[in-house]
Amino acid sequence: MTDSTAGGDVRLTGISKTYGSFTAVHPLELTVPQGSFFALLGASGCGKTTTLRMIAGLEEPTTGTVFLGDKDVTDLPPYKRPVNTVFQSYALFPHLNVTENIAFGLRRRGIKSVQKQVDDMLELVQLGDFAQRKPHQLSGGQQQRVAVARALINHPQVLLLDEPLGALDLKLRRQMQLELKRIQTEVGITFVHVTHDQEEAMTMADTVAVMSGGRVEQLGAPAELYENPKTTFVANFLGTSNLIEAEVAERSGEDLVVTAGGAKLRLPGGRCSAPTASGGKLLVGVRPEKISLAHRDDEGAIADGRNRVTGRIVDSSFIGVSTQYLVDSPAGSGLSVYEQNIERDTRLVPGAEVVLHWNPAHTFGLDAAQAKDAGVEKVEDAA
Amino acid sequence: MSLMPILKWLRRNFVVIAGLATLAYLILPNVVVMVFSFNKPNGRFNYSWTRFSTDAWKDPCGVADMCGSLSLSLQIAFWATIGATVLGTMIAFALVRYRFRARGAINSLIFLPMAMPEVVMAASLLTLFLNMGAQLGFWTILIAHIMFCLSFVVTAVKARVMSMDPRLEEAARDLYAGPVQTFLRVTLPIASPGIAAGALLAFALSFDDFIITNFNAGSTVTFPMFVWGSAQRGTPVQINVIGTAMFIVAVVVVTAGQFIANRRKNSAKA
Repeated sequence: MTDSTAGGDVRLTGISKTYGSFTAVHPLELTVPQGSFFALLGASGCGKTTTLRMIAGLEEPTTGTVFLGDKDVTDLPPYKRPVNTVFQSYALFPHLNVTENIAFGLRRRGIKSVQKQVDDMLELVQLGDFAQRKPHQLSGGQQQRVAVARALINHPQVLLLDEPLGALDLKLRRQMQLELKRIQTEVGITFVHVTHDQEEAMTMADTVAVMSGGRVEQLGAPAELYENPKTTFVANFLGTSNLIEAEVAERSGEDLVVTAGGAKLRLPGGRCSAPTASGGKLLVGVRPEKISLAHRDDEGAIADGRNRVTGRIVDSSFIGVSTQYLVDSPAGSGLSVYEQNIERDTRLVPGAEVVLHWNPAHTFGLDAAQAKDAGVEKVEDAA
Repeated sequence: MSLMPILKWLRRNFVVIAGLATLAYLILPNVVVMVFSFNKPNGRFNYSWTRFSTDAWKDPCGVADMCGSLSLSLQIAFWATIGATVLGTMIAFALVRYRFRARGAINSLIFLPMAMPEVVMAASLLTLFLNMGAQLGFWTILIAHIMFCLSFVVTAVKARVMSMDPRLEEAARDLYAGPVQTFLRVTLPIASPGIAAGALLAFALSFDDFIITNFNAGSTVTFPMFVWGSAQRGTPVQINVIGTAMFIVAVVVVTAGQFIANRRKNSAKA
């Protein structure tokens, strides 16, 4: 399996999957550039794993084509695709030891001398001392690394990872995130990583595709997705957003001026993904950490040109690095504000009248026709 | 000497005593079989201890027709095991892996031979064979044995297949193993303890069976039938020799199996 570097992209064109009357994945266009670390992010049941399995060949697409480089592999069975998978539960063969698990792919392709390559892999995943163990004698993190080694030894064009860190505890997960990122950089193989953990996706991936209801909501670099979400789902699923219902008042130069609960807010026209005709409704978004909080008495000290919204603190919780406030205002109730604990203003307690102010450049605009709370984590899901 | 210390000792060792008593209950009949294989009875019946002798061990086939019936029983048990294991394994996989019409009905029908009184089934089978004009003998016995062994194999294999992660086979396919390789390298090795358990059960059941065999054997005589028949006229010591030999073989096989499993575990740890 020589690496055909030219055009090793994964391209999905018009790919979809339906089970009876249920559509798991709507027709989808997706290109994963060669050598990138690509994450498919979404809540459970959003179609991300189905998409991954269609690339692996474990699931047959209802429509569409899967390309690896220039080659159409749609009709190839999984064992004929230069693609390997790290499964969610690792799926290590319980009757084989670590060495034989890792050598499995090479042996099936008729390669006789595997020891050297297996040793190299064991070293890459730092499991040299465990070569003779059976999978059930390893910890979760070690099993996970065996699963990665077993896939990588085949030098696949693409490595598919299906929630590979889901079964690990938080601390180990952080450690393995860095480990996987290191391995990816070292071997330079394209990784497609499926996860429901937005932090994991943002830490590891170069490009993230946020999926919801069998569709890709938005695709981009983590910072781009976070700073400039195009839908309420992305705004809420990646971190927290304050979404304020507003009405377009006018355009002034590059900026858009909107009114919300009596306040005039400005936002860059280029950061608005909604129609901007005067009188039109839209949702104005701003991240909680971009907002500064001032007591109403200090309103005069706020610099000109900043967006401001008045309100009253209803709740505050001390987190350590920051304090999180919930503020009710005429523009919207339950606005979140994260204040760094640098100089704490003792007047900022529940009941205090405050002004929220932020740089208009940090404001984004969304189409008001969508559900405002799409992608908000339900209480039972919250970690 | 007071009673209290004895009671105390009894209470402390109650589990061990109960365990040993149960074990004795299980093993005593086998011990009797073994001991009486070294007997030299007066007359034709081997029911009372006379004196020690190894005559029967030196000449195990000394009784007319006995070794012939033994060899027939072993052959039937062998083929019945193969037949029931192959069919039963396939049925078990089909029942666990696939959703098809009447799956539930087949799932319960499979247990019918276990639930049906053996005598009734034996008589019914004979009726069936006679109506079909079948020649009673080796083949009718074999067909009957495969039939009643099947349910046991299916039960044993099904339990194993149900606990198997289907992702393992997906992983094999993902790692360049075609359908045949996946089955031989992953599915079969993982299911093998269940299949082996089913096969052992089938062998034991078939070798042992008297009622169904007796009805459907025609003039053919299997080992259990021979023992039954000879018990009316006198029991040769050689029957105990064969019984003891079978027992020893079984114990050796089980011990060896456990020894190998243990060694594998230890070598994996080292």
